Amino acid sequence: MIAIFFAYFALVSILAGVLTVALKNPVHCGLALLAVLLHVSGLFVLLNAEFLWAVQVIVYAGAILVLYLFVLMLLNLKTEERYFHSSYLYFAGPAVLGACYVLFLLIQSPYGGLKGDSPAPAVLRNGDTYAVGIKMFSDYLLQFEIVGVFLLGAIIGAIVLAKSPKPINGDGGGRNGR
Amino acid sequence: MVPLSAYVAVSAVLFITGLLGVLIRRNFIIVLMAVEIMLNAANINLVAFSHYLESMVGQLVALFIIAIAAGEAAVGLAIIIVVFRGKISTNVDEMNLLKW
Repeated sequence: MIAIFFAYFALVSILAGVLTVALKNPVHCGLALLAVLLHVSGLFVLLNAEFLWAVQVIVYAGAILVLYLFVLMLLNLKTEERYFHSSYLYFAGPAVLGACYVLFLLIQSPYGGLKGDSPAPAVLRNGDTYAVGIKMFSDYLLQFEIVGVFLLGAIIGAIVLAKSPKPINGDGGGRNGR
Repeated sequence: MVPLSAYVAVSAVLFITGLLGVLIRRNFIIVLMAVEIMLNAANINLVAFSHYLESMVGQLVALFIIAIAAGEAAVGLAIIIVVFRGKISTNVDEMNLLKW
């Protein structure tokens, strides 16, 4: 049963990823990206990561994708005739060859390693969210705070970048709008 | 039971798809979307190893990656808006303002 779900989520996420890269209309690309994100969140559920599933749906599909579609509609882009790079075959051929080699290496790898300290029964006793929270707010508190400061900086940077009352095609002065 | 290598293979294929998108698309917004695909492929990898090696650290790092992807999307789209105001285009070939 899990294998069937895994095959569905994996195939659809790869297919939608290819569509995201290959479709012509940017809005269609955004909707294909939505399919990728939702099916990747399905893979998270299969891996017992329910909290990450919720975060993926809320933050990625709910916030980031809406931001993308919002900017797409704001800019009102025209679909171009040549939407690929002019010499894309020179990029695509080596990339596909390299991907085949990497896949070959990955599939024959044994993936041994030291087991960690949270096996599935211990996680399932209190739930995945509990386990993530205990780990994050004990051992990884500093990283959590750093991410918080990073997000604050990103918000301020985005506002400062996007705010410019004067058009920038003038004489080059006053680009900061101050 | 799905083997770990299946998850790693899916992740690798998605990552290569995103990498191709970054390399061959000309629209800057689609390039950012392809970057999101690459970040998602990394997340699949981290969560799969976190499950199979019975450690919580992979899920934590995936969580941090999602937060950083949110910041990257916000700043990237702000840059797109600024460039679009000046050039009325989001084509990556025409963004050569900093070239000398």
